[in-house]
Amino acid sequence: MRLPCPICGERDRREFTYSGAAVALERPGAEAGSEAWDDYLHNRDNPAGVTRDLWYHEQGCAAWIVMTRNTATHEVLGAALASEARRAGSTS
Amino acid sequence: MRFSGWRVLKEGLTGNKGWQAHWRDATPKSEYDVVIIGGGGHGLATAYYLAKKHGITNVAVLEKGYLGGGNVGRNTTIVRANYFLPGNSEFYSHSLKLWEGLEEDLNYNVMHSQRGQIVLFHSDGQRDAMARRGNAMINQGDDAELLDRRALRRMVPYLDYDNARFPIHGGVLQRRAGTARHDAVAWGYARGASERGVDLIQNCEVTGIDIEGGVVKGVQTTRGAIRARKVAMVAAGRSSQVAAMAGMRLPIESHVLQAFVTEGLKPVIDHVISFGMGHFYISQSDKGGLVFGGDLDMYASYAARGSLPLVEHVMEAGMALMPMIGKARVLRSWGGIMDMSPDGSPVIDRTHVDGLYLNCGWCYGGFKAVPASGDVTAHLIATGTPHAAGARFRLDRFRTGRGLMDEEGTGSQHNLH
Ligand SMILES: Cc1cc2nc3c(=O)[nH]c(=O)nc-3n(C[C@H](O)[C@H](O)[C@H](O)COP(=O)(O)OP(=O)(O)OC[C@H]3O[C@@H](n4cnc5c(N)ncnc54)[C@H](O)[C@@H]3O)c2cc1C
Ligand SMILES: [Zn+2]
Repeated sequence: MRLPCPICGERDRREFTYSGAAVALERPGAEAGSEAWDDYLHNRDNPAGVTRDLWYHEQGCAAWIVMTRNTATHEVLGAALASEARRAGSTS
Repeated sequence: MRFSGWRVLKEGLTGNKGWQAHWRDATPKSEYDVVIIGGGGHGLATAYYLAKKHGITNVAVLEKGYLGGGNVGRNTTIVRANYFLPGNSEFYSHSLKLWEGLEEDLNYNVMHSQRGQIVLFHSDGQRDAMARRGNAMINQGDDAELLDRRALRRMVPYLDYDNARFPIHGGVLQRRAGTARHDAVAWGYARGASERGVDLIQNCEVTGIDIEGGVVKGVQTTRGAIRARKVAMVAAGRSSQVAAMAGMRLPIESHVLQAFVTEGLKPVIDHVISFGMGHFYISQSDKGGLVFGGDLDMYASYAARGSLPLVEHVMEAGMALMPMIGKARVLRSWGGIMDMSPDGSPVIDRTHVDGLYLNCGWCYGGFKAVPASGDVTAHLIATGTPHAAGARFRLDRFRTGRGLMDEEGTGSQHNLH
């Protein structure tokens, strides 16, 4: 599998570290309550299909990237820097 | 039909014409007392113990593909009871005891082989941790022996003891651990359940769960609607999709795990050997193939095939540990979808819906769990109260933070187990 880094271009999957669903960018407030924190930390849509997850280009430019990917086919549909995806409010 | 040595002899002399199908391929009725979603090891064992221990036989197991086509037929068959934390400890101990009586109980040869498992260590710190784990295993009533380098070398001379990165200092041996024939476990439970009246229904995918006023009423399937008083979700790698039909979002992320087998060789590896530092483990099947595997591919996936970097990693680790296998030719590799939970431990629990039960989160270790999981899940369904051996596998432990079972001590967080 090759993954597109918005900065470096298409690179070998081994350069990246996977960090799970992009929901990790939506940290609830300290007072949000146990349900919200449970959803943030543990519960996942875990789709068999298109998902958005976080990858760290550890052996490249060190950017955090939101990949749009199909978990059933391993097709990569898009990539955006996490900082920008977050600003656009489209991380989930 | 009962199996015996006598029967094998007789069939051998009469052209093997007397063998019959081991279980009935049933068509769905309109209503059952219990419907089990998923015909893998856990679903079949649950059906078996419901019928055998609780006399509940108006039961259907619904399988979207063919029985045993999921992970129960894709794993590397290691059976052990070397867990550490309360919850896992008593559960896997219970499971190993059931394994030891399984063939007699099922009247089925599941080729359970207690050949011993050795977990290697490579430093003083690891030795201490292993000694502690071994003591925990002894305290839970199971066996463990700490082997120093010399004793280990006598037992398994073929390892690379002077590996520069991970010199081998010794290992923990559990003699009662070993392997079993995975397909036979599925078939044996299927036969035992079917004989007692359970309907095993293949090519029957559950597409919806009917709930009225917080009470489960049945399921929708590709072979029509089926009413049920109780429904158990036992779908392993597909748990999230099935639970979503009941409006649940599970603490599960599905990952692919690969395994490999070589051409058949003469006996060379007598035990199960685990090389944790290299994420590598190996045993030899009774047919002679070296069966080995490594770690997850480490990204969410539903493709039942793995990626090449992991293949390379596993081969490298194998070569680092036991260079003698270098010339063996790999026949096949494959992958299965694991229901990974945040703390690496499973869930067997009720849900917010009356009559709906959940069994999931087996990660890459659910084969050894099959007997106890079936027993515990059947007990919960039949009696409404948790079985002592599985009482800690609660779903709410993630929300409350109480009773987490994080064996590796890395934290209750996805992607760390
Ligand atoms: C490569 C590999 C190696 C492994 N090695 C070991 C090991 O050495 N030791 C060990 O203890 N464990 C091991 N495991 C883990 C173990 O195989 C699993 O944890 C266990 O088999 C999962 O439970 P199961 O048998 O019930 O799953 P499965 O056999 O996957 O059963 C689930 C069933 O549910 C069905 N299903 C899903 N959705 C639906 C639906 N909507 N309707 C109807 N049916 C549905 C599926 O088709 C499937 O047959 C390994 C796994 C893999 C992939
Ligand atoms: Zn980059």
